[in-house]
Amino acid sequence: MTPIIKKMDYKGLNLFHWEQNMFKNYISKSKKLAFAILSILILSTSYSYAQTSEIKLGMVLEPPHLDPSAGAAAAIDEVVYANIFEGLTRIDANGGVQPSLATSWEISPDNLTYIFHLKKGVKFHDGTRFGADDVVFSFERAMGDDSVNAQKAIFEIIEEVQELDPSTIAILLKRPSGEFLFNIGRGDAVIVAPESADDNKTNPIGTGPYKFISWNKGAKIVLEANENYVGEKVSIDKATFVFISDPNTAIAAMLAGDLDGFPMFPAPEALEVFTKDDRFNVLVGTTEGETILATNNKRAPFNDIRVRQAMAHAIDRNEIIDGAVFGYGTPIGSHFAPHHPYFIDKVDTYPLDLEKAETLLAEAGYPNGFKATLKLPPAPYARRSGQIIASQFREIGIELELINVEWAQWIDETFTKKDYDLTIVSHVEPFDIGIYANPDYYFQFDNEDFRAVMEQLGQTTDEGARRALAIYAQDFLARHAVNTYLFQLAKVGVWRADIEGMWANAPIEGNDLSTIRFIN
Amino acid sequence: MLGVILSRLIAFAATLFVASLAIFLLLDILPGDPARFILGISATEQSVAVLREQMGLNLPLWERFFNWFFALIKGDLGISLTQDLPVTSLIFERILVSFPLAIFAMIIAIIIGVPIGIIAAQNRGKKSDSFLMLLAQIGIAIPNFWFGMLLVLLFAVTLGWFSTGGFISWEQSIFGAIKSLVLPSIALALPHAAIVARIMRTALVDVAKADYIRTARAKGLTNSQAIWRHGVRNALLPILTILGLQFSFLIAGTIIIENVFYLPGLGKLIFTAISERDLVLVRGALIVLVFAVITIMLIVDLLYQIIDPRLRSRGQI
Repeated sequence: MTPIIKKMDYKGLNLFHWEQNMFKNYISKSKKLAFAILSILILSTSYSYAQTSEIKLGMVLEPPHLDPSAGAAAAIDEVVYANIFEGLTRIDANGGVQPSLATSWEISPDNLTYIFHLKKGVKFHDGTRFGADDVVFSFERAMGDDSVNAQKAIFEIIEEVQELDPSTIAILLKRPSGEFLFNIGRGDAVIVAPESADDNKTNPIGTGPYKFISWNKGAKIVLEANENYVGEKVSIDKATFVFISDPNTAIAAMLAGDLDGFPMFPAPEALEVFTKDDRFNVLVGTTEGETILATNNKRAPFNDIRVRQAMAHAIDRNEIIDGAVFGYGTPIGSHFAPHHPYFIDKVDTYPLDLEKAETLLAEAGYPNGFKATLKLPPAPYARRSGQIIASQFREIGIELELINVEWAQWIDETFTKKDYDLTIVSHVEPFDIGIYANPDYYFQFDNEDFRAVMEQLGQTTDEGARRALAIYAQDFLARHAVNTYLFQLAKVGVWRADIEGMWANAPIEGNDLSTIRFIN
Repeated sequence: MLGVILSRLIAFAATLFVASLAIFLLLDILPGDPARFILGISATEQSVAVLREQMGLNLPLWERFFNWFFALIKGDLGISLTQDLPVTSLIFERILVSFPLAIFAMIIAIIIGVPIGIIAAQNRGKKSDSFLMLLAQIGIAIPNFWFGMLLVLLFAVTLGWFSTGGFISWEQSIFGAIKSLVLPSIALALPHAAIVARIMRTALVDVAKADYIRTARAKGLTNSQAIWRHGVRNALLPILTILGLQFSFLIAGTIIIENVFYLPGLGKLIFTAISERDLVLVRGALIVLVFAVITIMLIVDLLYQIIDPRLRSRGQI
């Protein structure tokens, strides 16, 4: 594949010189100028097609920088996760844990000591050798007092990281954890080298199958296959992430062939254009995003469970999914991702029943309903869901005032200061049911029993017992109607029809390039 | 003349100071903690506190303003909160896209607008005049992002002559860079061309009634000769005023156009920086824009003196 690219580039370069000469010759002859420009345009576009080992992917948001261990922006992981940086473990397309820089591991019977055996012969992209010392460095950097890791809580459980020999590492935990192996597979826990860690924001140096080549700020990031990679050979030689925030432009760029794929397509309303066109493949999967009507459980009238139950009875999820996300979404009845093996469907806990809802409101002391505010962050799913829910609630006498807020404002007012009645947001962290055990979390759900369940779940490592606890917890949240659970956000990607191997689901933020290939 | 220049320069400096104070304060009262925003909702309080300290957000307001302002005078716009790079270099990269885009759009607006205005004025009251002015009206009414989309659909999706957007950098290929600015600058220029055409027509129609045109006609020049030789230069004054005023709208237009054509320009930088609460970057970019706009105003002001000798003598009194 590589020679083709080189030939193409060479041809392109040649053509350019020729164009320049042509331009010079004709510049004085104004009559022929128009013809010259036309020919140049036609010729110069003709060589930009069909470079099969190179892929161009669209992304809506540009990452602020490229260090996944120092920021929460999903766009960082969408470029670097599993491509540039690797962790000890990694998350696969189905959300399972797979070996990565650690080829195997042993867990002590008390579940407090993990011994990891590291992959040998691995080098960072700048040529420095990877070893146990890099693992110790990376974990200590993330755990340190001046760490600005966005998921520092992941590392809180770690007592100590020890180097046993250059290719073996021991991690001692403060208490057992069923999520530890998953957590260290996340982008926030990737392994970096002490020599390059400080510059990773602008020049990321990892161990992954792709290395960073260039970043034209505001435009694109280019990665190329790492020829020294220890592991399976990748098929795509060069990948370019192009940043396109305007949905209409995204449609045009796909149609014109300027992009080969758009893993998180921003214009669900236009998908029909692509489903009906043989040149494209529309891939619909799930994400970790539970979209909920989050409720301030400490504020009246929402501190009364009957009010929350009434709201749950009053919403029509299918109407919301059709109107807010154009039918791409799965109804949920609790805070859990439908693709997860522990998932149970709780949508029918409080089925659509307006009479029941009115009765419950009357019992709670609001026979004529009440007024409340609904704060809506800028995501289109939130703004559209908000309008539909407002009209559905009006049926049972709840008048919602819709307040549009920006993300920074939402985080400040709603999330941090908890100054809100209701809000709509998608919770995108994987396996995040534990947030309900924190009474200070912005739902302000304060329940001793639920905390006990979560504590037990965190310390249980037996698969069957974990499943039972997770199912109990889902049911618990559904019954208590802590929030009104709406739908699981879908991942809708548009791809060229001759590409395969990309992830349909998004169990974690990232675009794994290593399995993508062109079908010949 | 010197007195005029001096008074304009003092006004220039005063405007810049007031603008920088306004930009700083307005952005400071925006709700939302930049440190919390960068680290997201899962971050621990401790991580957020460490980042706040690193970003210098814990200093009192006035201290932060004067730190920023004195650095600004020295040409230092600070370090971007989200990207960790000097704001001056981030902005400089983007100006290489936005500035040519605005200039191209301005040139296209003049090339299209001025002749249309002249033709319409020469044919005042005739059908061709009404037709051209109708076109101008449509040009003003069409939003330029929508016109941009139409251009993309025709020239990129259907004909495939241009790519749908993006930018080939100047170092990579000068021709490629110009080519990537063709559609955006046409889209950006359209409403401005329409405005220029209308102003040009009105100015010429006014000028046509002037005594010196009648004298020129009496001297034996035809109507169009008189207009071309004596009318157009006089009509340029209002055009210049409009171009000066339009420049700030042109800059505002680049924010939208750069998003439609995914060009890595200043507009897109500001757009992203605002949504990411990168206050240092937003401040820096805004102050650069304010500087550009008032500089253009200053130049226009001084150009008046050159074009119109009457203003010059008035300045000396």
